Amino acid sequence: MLDKIGIAKRIAKEIKNNHYVNLGIGIPTLVANYIPKGMNVVLQSENGLLGMGPFPFEGEEDPDLVNAGKQTITTVSGSAFFDSAMSFGMIRARKVDLTILGAMEVADNGDIANWKIPGKMVKGMGGAMDLVASAKHIIVAMQHVNKEGESKLLKKCDLPLTGISCVKKIVTELAVLDITPRGFQLLERAPGVSIEQIKNATAGRLIIEGEIPEMIID
Amino acid sequence: MDKRVANAEEAVNDIQDNMTLMLGGFGLCGIPENCIAALVKKGVKGLTCIANNAGVDDFGIGLLLKTRQVKKMISSYVGENAEFERQLLSGELEVDLIPQGTLATRCLAAGYGMPAIFTPAGVGTEVAIGKETRKFMVEGVEKEFLMEYAFDADFAIVKAWKGDTHGNLIFKGTARNFNPIMAMAGRITIAEVEELVPAGELDPNNIHTPGIYVHRIFKGVNYQKRIEQRTVRKRI
Repeated sequence: MLDKIGIAKRIAKEIKNNHYVNLGIGIPTLVANYIPKGMNVVLQSENGLLGMGPFPFEGEEDPDLVNAGKQTITTVSGSAFFDSAMSFGMIRARKVDLTILGAMEVADNGDIANWKIPGKMVKGMGGAMDLVASAKHIIVAMQHVNKEGESKLLKKCDLPLTGISCVKKIVTELAVLDITPRGFQLLERAPGVSIEQIKNATAGRLIIEGEIPEMIID
Repeated sequence: MDKRVANAEEAVNDIQDNMTLMLGGFGLCGIPENCIAALVKKGVKGLTCIANNAGVDDFGIGLLLKTRQVKKMISSYVGENAEFERQLLSGELEVDLIPQGTLATRCLAAGYGMPAIFTPAGVGTEVAIGKETRKFMVEGVEKEFLMEYAFDADFAIVKAWKGDTHGNLIFKGTARNFNPIMAMAGRITIAEVEELVPAGELDPNNIHTPGIYVHRIFKGVNYQKRIEQRTVRKRI
């Protein structure tokens, strides 16, 4: 089974050279730490920055320089600032190559729910709906099952939707899966995880074809 | 042409109960601190606030929520403010949670003189309820879009880094965010700035918001510029 860092490491392997990438809050933010060295990637922050860098050194925090999670950050060389309309403009016009975000539930047709638990958690959707409605490629980082062991990869989402038919790929603590017209297609098993385990953890349609290799995580 | 006013109190002087205000900022980054304090002091009530976030419990728009001056919020994310979430869940506060890109673009539409825009954000979700939809061809594929209307705000209150007496504005870093687009969208726009210079000192090539959009400008004081999440990395 993978922990959050393992999931982040596996997702980082999906990033291509010269990609513009948007990282959601939570596990996706960790992906920035595992982008392969020598690879050229520009991180887009929805609040108006291309070229997000690592956290600043202590004492060098700038209150006018934060990311989508309101954390203090730095910029890398070649960065640019712009306003929120331009930021979501470049997202909607599909200039951002890859969006990585978290989810509470994903359905086997690619529907995603990640913004609201009615009556309990109503913080708002932020930029999530724009990102999932427009992104060229969407990878979701999520837990395969909840604390009670119930599957979060479903036939149909119970929670309020963030977007419809939009998720392409999922990485969980148990597996890597693609979303196809026939449902979840199992691509890889997490280290030490069996096919049985993944079957039991997946409520939606699951396709298992051929030999399913184990993930290779450095 | 001199758009200067003395301070925040003078700038917000004619804001009345039940008005609709746009407030710039992303979290606590780039918020009009002086004007928010002046609105609290003035005690105007029944406000509809268009702002991406609701501040934190004891700063930013959170101050106006504490004093129950806000009737309705139109925002995209309110997770940092527990008092907001409480007022929302209890029904004391009306809330429209809308996608951040939609919020930004409805401001832009107002500022660009367009009555409505089309966006894919929220199609198939509860955000789409009651809204007109239309299909367009995008890259050879038919895709559904929601029609969203331009905002109509009595006042836009923005924070900039530098400004001049003509109302030209320059923003800094990620404190820019919603400020330039809200500046364009308000019927009356108030800008508070850290540095206020005479017209002619700012290079026209560097202006982010041309002065035509700004009606009142003043040099703000005592900015706290709070950081919500102070995250650092170790020197190796």
